[in-house]
Amino acid sequence: MTKKEILLKKRYNSEKRFKLYGQFAIGFALLFLFIFLFKIFSTGFTAFQKTLLKVDVTYDKELLYLDENPTLEDLKDADYYELALKSMADLDPNATEEQQNQLKRMVSYIFDTEIKNHLLKNPDLLGQTSSVLLTASDDLDQVYKGNFPRDIPEKQRRVSDYQLKIYDQLVDDGKVISNFNFSFFTRADSREAELAGIASAVVGSFFTILVCLVISFPVAVLAAIYLEEFAPKNRITDFIEVNINNLAAVPSIVFGLLGLGVLLAIFHLPRSTSLVGGITLSLMTLPTIIIAARASLKAVPPSIREAALAMGASKMQTTMHHTVPLSMPGTLSGTIIGLAQALGETAPLILIGMVAFINTIPMSPMDPSASLPVQVYLWAESAERGFVEKVSACIMVLLGFLILMNLLAQIVRHKFETKWS
Amino acid sequence: MNLIIFTTILLLGFTTYYFGRKKALLIQNTNTRLTALPKFYGYYLAIWCSIPAFIIFALWSIFEPTIVKLLVLTDYSNQGYQSDELNLIYEKTKSLARGFYSGEVTVFLEDSAAKYQNLKSIAINSKVVVVLSIIIASTLFAYKKISNNTRTREPVEKFLNAILFTSSLAAILTTLGIVFSLIFETIRFFSVIPVFDFIFGTHWYPAKTFVRDASAEIDPEMYKDAFGSVPLFAGTFFIAFIAMCVAIPIGLLSGIYLSEYASKNVRKYAKPLIEILAGIPTVVYGFFAALTVGPFLREIGINLGLEVSSESALAAGGVMGIMIIPFISSLSDDVITSVPQSLRDGSYAMGATKSETIKKVIFPAALPGIVGSILLGVSRAIGETMIVVMASGLAANLTFNPLESTSTITAQIVVILIGDQQFGDPKTQAAFALGMTLFLVTLCLNVFALKIVKTYREKYD
Repeated sequence: MTKKEILLKKRYNSEKRFKLYGQFAIGFALLFLFIFLFKIFSTGFTAFQKTLLKVDVTYDKELLYLDENPTLEDLKDADYYELALKSMADLDPNATEEQQNQLKRMVSYIFDTEIKNHLLKNPDLLGQTSSVLLTASDDLDQVYKGNFPRDIPEKQRRVSDYQLKIYDQLVDDGKVISNFNFSFFTRADSREAELAGIASAVVGSFFTILVCLVISFPVAVLAAIYLEEFAPKNRITDFIEVNINNLAAVPSIVFGLLGLGVLLAIFHLPRSTSLVGGITLSLMTLPTIIIAARASLKAVPPSIREAALAMGASKMQTTMHHTVPLSMPGTLSGTIIGLAQALGETAPLILIGMVAFINTIPMSPMDPSASLPVQVYLWAESAERGFVEKVSACIMVLLGFLILMNLLAQIVRHKFETKWS
Repeated sequence: MNLIIFTTILLLGFTTYYFGRKKALLIQNTNTRLTALPKFYGYYLAIWCSIPAFIIFALWSIFEPTIVKLLVLTDYSNQGYQSDELNLIYEKTKSLARGFYSGEVTVFLEDSAAKYQNLKSIAINSKVVVVLSIIIASTLFAYKKISNNTRTREPVEKFLNAILFTSSLAAILTTLGIVFSLIFETIRFFSVIPVFDFIFGTHWYPAKTFVRDASAEIDPEMYKDAFGSVPLFAGTFFIAFIAMCVAIPIGLLSGIYLSEYASKNVRKYAKPLIEILAGIPTVVYGFFAALTVGPFLREIGINLGLEVSSESALAAGGVMGIMIIPFISSLSDDVITSVPQSLRDGSYAMGATKSETIKKVIFPAALPGIVGSILLGVSRAIGETMIVVMASGLAANLTFNPLESTSTITAQIVVILIGDQQFGDPKTQAAFALGMTLFLVTLCLNVFALKIVKTYREKYD
C-alpha cells in the first residue's frame, strides 16, 4: 500500500467512527428512555392490584349490642370493632393474645368499617355467617405480590412467621384473592400504603391546571396579539420582548418564591390550595404560551391581512376576525404543551405549601389539596415498601395524562391548522 | 355584597350592549347614516356602563380596609402604642365585631368594635351608592353620545388596544413581582448577615439558627458560620458540571447525527423519542435517580472497592444530564440545519469526507449557536430542583468528589421553605437571598445565551 492509500483508509475509518459515535449517542439516549419506562412500569403495575382476604364473619347480635329487631339506623350506629376483632381471631382458634394481635394486623385498620358496609348492603345477614372481603395489610400485600423475600430471618421481616403460617393456610383454602385496585383511584392519600389513593392528587392537579388555564390563556393570547400585530417598534416593546424570553428560562423554583413572597405573604391567599398553585404556575406558563401564540400569528401569511384591509376592515377587525382565528390551532396546541409542563411542575408547589398531608378530596380550588407530582415526591420520601409501587403507579398516571395532553396538542395542530404553501 | 355589586355591573354591561345596538338601529330607521356597525354602538355603551364603575369598585375594595383601620385606630393614636400592638388591637376589634372573639372584652374594645361595625356599614352603603351613581352618570353620558351619532368604532378599538397593551405588561409585572418578592427579604437578610460572610463563608448550616423562643435576645454569634454560601455554589456548579459532561457529548453527537447522517425514517422516529425525555417531569427523574441509579452506582462502587454514598452527586448529575440531552440535541440540530448548504457543497467539492466537513466546516460555522444552546442547558441545570432534592444530599458538603453527596442552591431553598415558614427569620430570608442569586445567575446566562443565538441567526438569515 502506498502512503496515500493508508491515509485514505485512515480517513475513511475516522468517518465510520464518527458516524458510530452519533449512533451510539442516540442509542444511549433511547436505551435510557427504555430502561426508565421499563423500570417504572415493572414496579408500578402491581399497584393496580389489591390483595384481599376472605374472612368468615358471624354477625352476632350480642357482640354488636343490638336488641331483637334492630332497624337499619341501629345497624349504622353499632360498633363493629369487637365483632371484627373476633372474626380475625377466629382464623386461629388456639391463638394467644399476642397472636390475636398479629392476626388483627394482617388486615388494614378500616376492617371494621368494611365488615359494617358488608352488612349494611345485605341487612338480612344479621345473625348469619358470611365471608367478607377485607383489604390485606400493606405488608401482606407485598408478600402476595412477591416483593418481600420470605427466607430471611424473622427479625428483618415485617411479617412474622406466625402471620405467614396463617397466610399460607388462607392461600391453600383459596381465601386470598387479588382484585383490581379501585380504591387507588377513589381514595385520598393515607398514611397506610394499602389504603392510599391518588384521588385528591388528581382532583388537585385538575383544579390547579384549570386555574392556570383560566388566567394564563387570555392574558397570554392578548399579549401575543398586541406584540405581534399592534406594537410599535420602540424601547418599551423591545423591553417586553426581552423580558418574555428571559422569563421563559427562569428556574421554576423562583416562581415558587414569587408565589410565597407575594401571593401568600402580601395578599394572604389561603396556603396549600390549588388557587395559589394555579396562579403561580400560570405566571410560569405565560411566556411559553405567548411565544407559541406569537409564532402561530407570525405564520399567518400577510396576504390574509392585506385582503381584509383592502375590503375596508379596520386593523382591529382584521386581527380579531381573520388573523387570530387562523392562528388559534397553533396557539391552542402551544397552550396545551405549556399546561402539560405546568402539570409536571413540583418545586413551586412545594414552596407554596402543597406538600401538606391532605387526606380529603378537595371540592373547590379554595380547598387545601395535593397534586400529582407532589404526591410522587411525598410518597417517594416515605420509607414503607408499599409506597414504592404506589409512586411508580402515580408516575404512570401522571405520564398517562402528559401523553394524552401532548397527543391532543398534536391532533389540534394537524387537524385544524391551515397549511400555507 | 361585593359579589352582588360585581354581578350587577356585569349584567348591566350585557344589557346595555343590546340597548345600544337597538338605539343604533333606531337611528338607522330615521334614515341617518350610522358612523359604525350597530354592534359598536352596543360595545360603546356597555364599556362606558361597566368599566368606570368597575374601576371605582376595585379601587374602593382595595383601599376600604386600610381607611377603616386608620379611622378605628385614631382613638388609640395618642396612647403611645407600637405599630404591632395597634395591629393586634385592630385584629381583636375585627373579631369582636364579627362575634368570633373569645378573649377579655374591655370597654375600649367594645367601643372600637361598635365603631368598626358602624364604619363598615357606612362603607358598604356608600359603596353601593357611589357605584350606582357612576354607572348612571357614565351610561347617560355615553347614551347621549350615541344619540348624537358620534363616532363609536374608534373609541371602542382604542379601548381594546389599551387592553391588549395592558396584557402585554403582564410579563413585565411578573418580572417585577419576582424582583420585589426577592429583594426585600434579601435586603433584610443582608442587614443581619454581612454580605462578605455570605459570599466567602464556607459553612452552610442554617438549622443552627433555630430558636425556640422568638422573643429571646438574638445572639449574633449564632449567625456566624451558618450562612456561608460557598459550599452551595460549589455544589451547584459541580452537579451542573457533571450534568453537562453527560449532556454535551451525547446531545451534540445525536444532534449532529440527526441533522447530517440520519435517514428520513430514523429522524422521524428518533427525534420525537428523544424529545420525550424533555417532557418527563423532573420529580420523576428524581425518583428514578434516587431509587434506581443511586443504589446501582453504589453497588458498582462496592464491587470496585469504592466508598459510594447512596445519595451521590454523580447520580443526581448524571440523571440531570440525561434530562438536558434533548435541549442540546434539538437546539444544535436546528443550528446545524440552518448552516447554508453552500458551505457543505464547497467542502465536498474539495474532496472532504462527511465527518471532515462536519468537524472542520459546519461545526465552526455553527459554534456560536451551539455555545448558546449549551449555555441554556447550563442555566437549566443550575435551576433544576427536584432531582437534587431527591437524589443528592440535603447537607451542604464542600466536596468535589462525585461519589459523595452535595447540595445545591435550589435544594437548600426547598429544605428551608418546606413546611411552615416564619417571615422575619434569617433562615427564611436566606432562602430568598439564595433565590435572588439564582435568579441573577440564570438571568445573566440567559441574556448572554440568547444574545449569542440571536447574532448567529442574523448571520445566516
